Amino acid sequence: MPTFSLKINGQNQTVDTEPQTPLLWVIREHLGLMGTKFGCGISQCGACTVHVDGHAMKACSLPVSAMANGQEIITIEGLSEDGSHPLQKAWIKAQVPQCGYCQSGQIMQAATLLNTNPNPTREEILDHMRGNLCRCGTYMRILVAIQEAAKASQGQTLNND
Amino acid sequence: MMNATPSDRKSSTLSRRQFLATAGGITITITAYGLAPSMGLSQKEGKRKAEDKQLTVWVRLEPNGQLTIYNPAAEMGQGSMTALPVILAEELDADWSKVRIENAPIEPDVYGLDRGDHKIMLTVGSWSVKGYFNSLRQAGAQARYVLLNSVANHWQVPLSELKTDAGLVTHQKSGRQVSYGEITSFIKIPASIPEIPEEQLKRPDQFRLIGSVLPRYDIPAKVDGSALFAMDVQVPGMLYGVIERGTIHGSQPTLQNEQAIRSLEGIVELVMLEYGVGIVATSLEKALNAKKRIKIQWSEDVKAVGHSSQEAFALYEKMANEDQSGEILTEKGNVSESLKTAAKTYSADYKNDYVYHAQMEPLNAIASVAADGMSAEIWAGTQAPGSVADTIAEALQIDPSRVTFHQHFLGGGLGRRSNHDYIIEAARLSKAVSKPVKVLWTREDDLRYGMYRPMSLQRLQASVDASGSLTGLSHCVVGDGGGLLTSGANNEFYAIPHQHLEVRAVENGIRLKHWRAVGHGPNKFAIESFIDEIATGQGIDPYAFRRTLMKESPRALQTLEKAAEMAQWNTPPKEGRARGIAFGERSGSLCTGICEISLDREKGKIRVHHFWSAVDAGIVVQPDNVVAQMEGGILMGMSSVLSESITINQGKVQQSNFHDYPLLRITDIPERIDIAMIPSEEPPQGIGEASLPVVAGAIANAFAALTGKRLRHLPFTPDRVLEALKG
Repeated sequence: MPTFSLKINGQNQTVDTEPQTPLLWVIREHLGLMGTKFGCGISQCGACTVHVDGHAMKACSLPVSAMANGQEIITIEGLSEDGSHPLQKAWIKAQVPQCGYCQSGQIMQAATLLNTNPNPTREEILDHMRGNLCRCGTYMRILVAIQEAAKASQGQTLNND
Repeated sequence: MMNATPSDRKSSTLSRRQFLATAGGITITITAYGLAPSMGLSQKEGKRKAEDKQLTVWVRLEPNGQLTIYNPAAEMGQGSMTALPVILAEELDADWSKVRIENAPIEPDVYGLDRGDHKIMLTVGSWSVKGYFNSLRQAGAQARYVLLNSVANHWQVPLSELKTDAGLVTHQKSGRQVSYGEITSFIKIPASIPEIPEEQLKRPDQFRLIGSVLPRYDIPAKVDGSALFAMDVQVPGMLYGVIERGTIHGSQPTLQNEQAIRSLEGIVELVMLEYGVGIVATSLEKALNAKKRIKIQWSEDVKAVGHSSQEAFALYEKMANEDQSGEILTEKGNVSESLKTAAKTYSADYKNDYVYHAQMEPLNAIASVAADGMSAEIWAGTQAPGSVADTIAEALQIDPSRVTFHQHFLGGGLGRRSNHDYIIEAARLSKAVSKPVKVLWTREDDLRYGMYRPMSLQRLQASVDASGSLTGLSHCVVGDGGGLLTSGANNEFYAIPHQHLEVRAVENGIRLKHWRAVGHGPNKFAIESFIDEIATGQGIDPYAFRRTLMKESPRALQTLEKAAEMAQWNTPPKEGRARGIAFGERSGSLCTGICEISLDREKGKIRVHHFWSAVDAGIVVQPDNVVAQMEGGILMGMSSVLSESITINQGKVQQSNFHDYPLLRITDIPERIDIAMIPSEEPPQGIGEASLPVVAGAIANAFAALTGKRLRHLPFTPDRVLEALKG
């Protein structure tokens, strides 16, 4: 079985698996980083959203072999050291999560918006978040939290990656 | 005894029951420490120390004042994990900043919800806050008594002279005070604790915590990825299990390529089930790879093969036409007479497709069955933690005392997770290999082998007398699913003298289940649409028409009037928009919803711009969470009303994942949702399902107001909208 070297949350990790294994299973079951969730397996729900070189991507649809070329992969565990990312704070302030299962993916998706667009409009936020499903119906609060986080950053981009 | 093993569970349970029997109420033995599951909440759990004092079965106190309160309900997003301890903490007069929450041990006799002759640990029907309200107030008052009793003895003062305030006991006469934490140094747990009389509990105007905005306890762990769902558990030596299931419910498999599958790398075992083939492998990717390659012949001599959902509506209609009535559930007055003598009659059929739960965490569980097959340890997220041991024991033919269960956060329940099918699967696969196995359902498994809210047809007929009063309402529900079909079909808040409700049953062989608000979704859609049709037919404003009908239900009327006030019902909406109104009761809560919509007439797409809702849920324990539940119910309602449909063709489920079973996305949310809670000192009611039932009626009624056309078939997909516009 081939070996792949990945850079996840700033650490080098080595895994043995088939080349086509989705990054999601590597992150979760091989490396035990459980904040990234499995929802659909076909890039429809966004529960598995991680950052690859600063871009929000769906880990369920990325073969591990394509992720072993030195890309910087960041998961929810690596977004901040102590849950203090402005979005995480805003998420708590707005009391966004209900069941919570989709929220890692929501936050990771939102983070890439504020990294490049510190003052997004309502429409820009909704368009950016469109790929992330929430069955509990927390969308109203997701919107509020992103707006709050943008306000808190006072026009600065959030570049924690 | 820090680790609960299957063997110590029974003895400690028994000793506690014996103890409870002798102590006549509430306190605890040290054995309970081993039982409180430390898993399932977060990876950042606290540790217990010897100097911590267990005040009662519900509360533990540490010298630094930290309180741990047990949560007896499943947390699936509804927030009762926080709300229930708030109720207890109120009477305990706790400092909320020092409260930690843990899952209660799985002991229904101690922590179960009182159902009259028995207690159960089952989180369904939005009943947790409602059902535990009195008992948790009593539990809080009793824990407070333990503290006061100790202080009274220690200071040699009458207990009646002591007061409490947010974590402090004070004695005004002597000017002394002591914090709850300090009491642990001299605390004496009494042999028995009296029942605290109702009049000694707080009056609603004395509530400090109930009704205040407190952050949910579970949220921090849900924004940093540390919240543990069952899917996230890993057990040493664990294997992975997946099951290939058919697309026809009830169909039985015959494996065609067993040797080829067994020879794949990493395959440990194949397990034949009545409805599928289980694959156990050393890694998840290997198990899924085998699942993709497996070849199975599925039996077709099953009931579901004869069922095609869209054709079944014709049969349902025929059944509604028959003279022979079905099972009569309500007979009030004489509807057939009122229809005969009516000045005007109305009749309409409403239909709804199957819908799927689509909880975001696909079903999964981990089981570790011992090599001798005589004990099992289970990790899962379930709405029914109290029955896991019995269910697994039955499946494995072992004693329930030999089953240890660890409850976890549920990535959505919505009614699906009160069935233990996925936990039984984990146990069966684990037993086959004598190793721990994590069984994971793919989204396709979860959807196709789902348990749906049943499709149904509803025929409504009404009589109106010469004065324009609605005198009779006949409601005939046709479908499969028994009680799943009829919740919410009664009209206790509308003064209609003659009412008839019946069910005409069919069997389709499709797996069916409670789905958030159960029958209230389809039934309130039908009833509230029909009420609007009658109002329109009589030339009366639908709001005014409902006001008259609610003349004997002041609480329901208050929600109606409040929602109308919020939505400014009496002012015209913007050009190109219209409003619709609907009322519904669910789990004791009364709710009126109003929406404002517009329509893309070319695409057939309905856009909901604004949703207003007023709810009377009795005493509100967690107001912000009530708003969140109302918002969530409205959005899930919109999702099911505008796009969700499972269709079945000759038994085969036609959808497979979110590309062909679309859920509401964030781009389709209203610009605003406004929620009002009617102030009340009545007992709390269920809130998790309160808003969902009104959504369909509100949208259908707004659509009719906008276009003059009725939408009578859920969901209102663009195709159906375009068809209605043509009609």
